[in-house]
Amino acid sequence: MRHIISILIENEAGALSRVAGLFSARGYNIESLTVAPTEDPSLSRMTLVTRGNDDIIEQITKQLNKLVDVVKLIDLAESAHIERELMMVKVKTSEATRGEIKRIADIFRGRIIDVTPMTFVIEMTGTSDKLDAFIKAIDETSIIEVVRSGATGICRGEKGLHL
Amino acid sequence: MGFIDHLIVNAEGNSVELNGAQILVQSLKDEGVEYIFGYPGGAVLHIYDAIFQQDDVKHILVRHEQGATHAADAYARATGKTGVVLVTSGPGATNAVTGIATAYMDSIPMVVISGQVPSPVIGSDAFQEVDMVGISRPCVKHNFLVKDVTKLAETIKKAFYVASTGRPGPVVVDVPKDITDPTIKVPYKYPRKVTMRSYNPAVEGHKGQIKKAVELLLSAQRPMIYSGGGVILGEASRELIELTRALGYPITNTLMGLGAYPATDKQFIGMLGMHGTYEANMGMHESDVILAVGARFDDRVTGKLAEFCPYAKIIHIDVDPASISKTVKVDIPIVGQVKPVLTQMIEQIKESKKQPSKKALTAWWEQIDKWRSVQCLEYDRESPLIKPQYVIEQLYEVTKGDAYITSDVGQHQMYAAQYYHFDKPRRWINSGGLGTMGFGLPAAIGVKLAFPEADVACVTGEASIQMCIQELSTALQYKTPVKIINLNNRYMGMVRQWQEFSYESRYSHSYMDTLPDFVKLAEAYGHVGMLVENKADLRSALEEAFAMKDRTVFMDIITDRTENVYPMIESGKGHHDMKLRVAPGTPTDRELA
Ligand SMILES: Cc1cc2nc3c(=O)[nH]c(=O)nc-3n(C[C@H](O)[C@H](O)[C@H](O)COP(=O)(O)OP(=O)(O)OC[C@H]3O[C@@H](n4cnc5c(N)ncnc54)[C@H](O)[C@@H]3O)c2cc1C
Ligand SMILES: Cc1ncc(C[n+]2csc(CCOP(=O)(O)OP(=O)(O)O)c2C)c(N)n1
Ligand SMILES: [Mg+2]
Repeated sequence: MRHIISILIENEAGALSRVAGLFSARGYNIESLTVAPTEDPSLSRMTLVTRGNDDIIEQITKQLNKLVDVVKLIDLAESAHIERELMMVKVKTSEATRGEIKRIADIFRGRIIDVTPMTFVIEMTGTSDKLDAFIKAIDETSIIEVVRSGATGICRGEKGLHL
Repeated sequence: MGFIDHLIVNAEGNSVELNGAQILVQSLKDEGVEYIFGYPGGAVLHIYDAIFQQDDVKHILVRHEQGATHAADAYARATGKTGVVLVTSGPGATNAVTGIATAYMDSIPMVVISGQVPSPVIGSDAFQEVDMVGISRPCVKHNFLVKDVTKLAETIKKAFYVASTGRPGPVVVDVPKDITDPTIKVPYKYPRKVTMRSYNPAVEGHKGQIKKAVELLLSAQRPMIYSGGGVILGEASRELIELTRALGYPITNTLMGLGAYPATDKQFIGMLGMHGTYEANMGMHESDVILAVGARFDDRVTGKLAEFCPYAKIIHIDVDPASISKTVKVDIPIVGQVKPVLTQMIEQIKESKKQPSKKALTAWWEQIDKWRSVQCLEYDRESPLIKPQYVIEQLYEVTKGDAYITSDVGQHQMYAAQYYHFDKPRRWINSGGLGTMGFGLPAAIGVKLAFPEADVACVTGEASIQMCIQELSTALQYKTPVKIINLNNRYMGMVRQWQEFSYESRYSHSYMDTLPDFVKLAEAYGHVGMLVENKADLRSALEEAFAMKDRTVFMDIITDRTENVYPMIESGKGHHDMKLRVAPGTPTDRELA
């Protein structure tokens, strides 16, 4: 099963390599990983998407918690949460295809943020599934470049990850 | 005399100013460090200069950085204190890695200070630069790169705190040369305590879980206590003994747990696992309730996981949540330090109206005694050759079972574990998790420094001893008279054994035909060398060696080269599927010899 693990970690040099190293050394897979400082500059927040059965996910969270720099973590899959990923897609366009691409982008609530005679850049946020669906919906041969941020997420309601 | 004794008081008259090198050494002193094991080089010269100017913290100059790590590690294993290592950047640091990994696998508290190239040139492939933080990361509990001399004392404190608390482990502190610049002085204060918001190891166990565990334990029909290195690390031998005696249950120890429960006690049924006793492994297999204490269900212990303890409900006490249900799913996990958890269990057992079923326990002990009667550790005592088991038995008698025994890795290590009956914790010093050949001799030196009055013997093999033989020189310099018991079978016996069992005796590269003359080698290093070739001479030779209280003695003992370690669970097999020694005195042994 897919899990989104959100981590508060000391904003120290090497913190990222501790997490990445743990995953490669123990053979866990990382689908995506995003890192940025938080409102407290001494802390970074990482969001990590991984897959595994319950036993593996249990070991992953235990091993992450064991890293001395990890302050706290939460498995978002365990409760109601909101997931978002940012994607930018550059597509080839022509007179004939522009209208169609724009229409599909609209349906997915994407925005066209750059236009040249030959290309569009479409910006879109949503769950990773939704972004996948958009990629499937447009003509594969028109895609020049896809940039995705990897998923981030936050708990709904009172629950959350903070000190 | 430390720096503080001739301190520099600033204008306010209250603050001490020291340079980074002095801060480092003074911090070690304030931490109560007795010995640093190290080797100098460019990046740590400032530190060495500071060491030179004081004599509170004693420096032990080894002959190879690996030796420094093993000696510090063994010092920690024998005393419970944190071992300290100092190495230079680059090759000094990489040479230390094997020893760091050794300590890591066995959860040994150790602080390793490595020099680093000056901060401004880090990342430029400077002379003797390696990314020590990166290289050591997968085999340390934590590591630090010091970036600011004003944080140095606090970082050292944190290093000791992290290394010695929770599940202990090695911590590397990488110190760039500019941080120890003698001309830059800053106020010094060693923090008495540190707290880290990201690090709060568990202490007490969950009350509800402990209660459930006690209920399950008391209702057991075929109970087993399986205890490991965590009991020794957590100083809970007394509690373990009290609990085990109160219950009257059989107990088995892992290789790392030997000594936590007295091996000569009747409730002790030997080590379990790959080379454990028949009774311990059969007991585990048939058990209905297992209390695992500070043990980590290592694959050498469990054998084939799918066949591990099929009938048992398992209680597991461990300070590291990640050790629990890692390979074997347990029924009642208790996260906490063994000592307080066992103390609570003992209290609850005393208060409980419930008692272990006498009838069930009697039947269980009868069954265990049947397994015991197989006498799985018997060997050919009539053999004219020197059997390695016999050497360990004689060593046990000559040292009255009261020596510190370090070992290397191989058959000799297993014989020592099986035939030297450890009655006290911290007496058996070996590399279990990493299985590092070369550990034994530097380890013996570390132990002897900690306990100068005690007998310290290193049980080794002719292959292992050559991996850190250079430390014979250290042993002379620091007058650490240890006894080296070289079980010389002219084979990498453990490798040969596997090749015999699994590769139709194709002894590929498990043999060295140019062994040195160990007696001359010992003498060249300034020690006593003894060659023992005849069984009849062994006892008196051992007595003679141990009588030489102030000499390091290298005993080169020529043992039966065909001997194998039994019992054995071959890899991929379960506990009930053990290979036992064939009846004593089978022709094969002698024919081949
Ligand atoms: C050639 C060879 C053969 C071997 N054969 C065998 C064999 O037959 N049998 C065998 O048992 N081993 C054998 N080993 C050793 C094996 O590889 C493991 O090192 C060993 O089994 C691990 O012991 P342990 O489970 O006690 O764990 P340790 O490595 O000692 O780990 C201790 C556990 O206790 C926990 N802990 C630490 N401190 C505390 C505390 N204060 N409170 C609570 N918990 C704590 C830790 O988190 C950890 O889970 C062999 C090794 C070699 C090299
Ligand atoms: C550094 C290292 N290299 C290789 C091994 C693999 N290994 C395990 S036991 C062994 C042979 C040890 O031979 P010896 O020291 O003579 O001991 P014996 O088994 O003969 O008692 C080897 C090579 C190891 N454990 N450590
Ligand atoms: Mg050998």
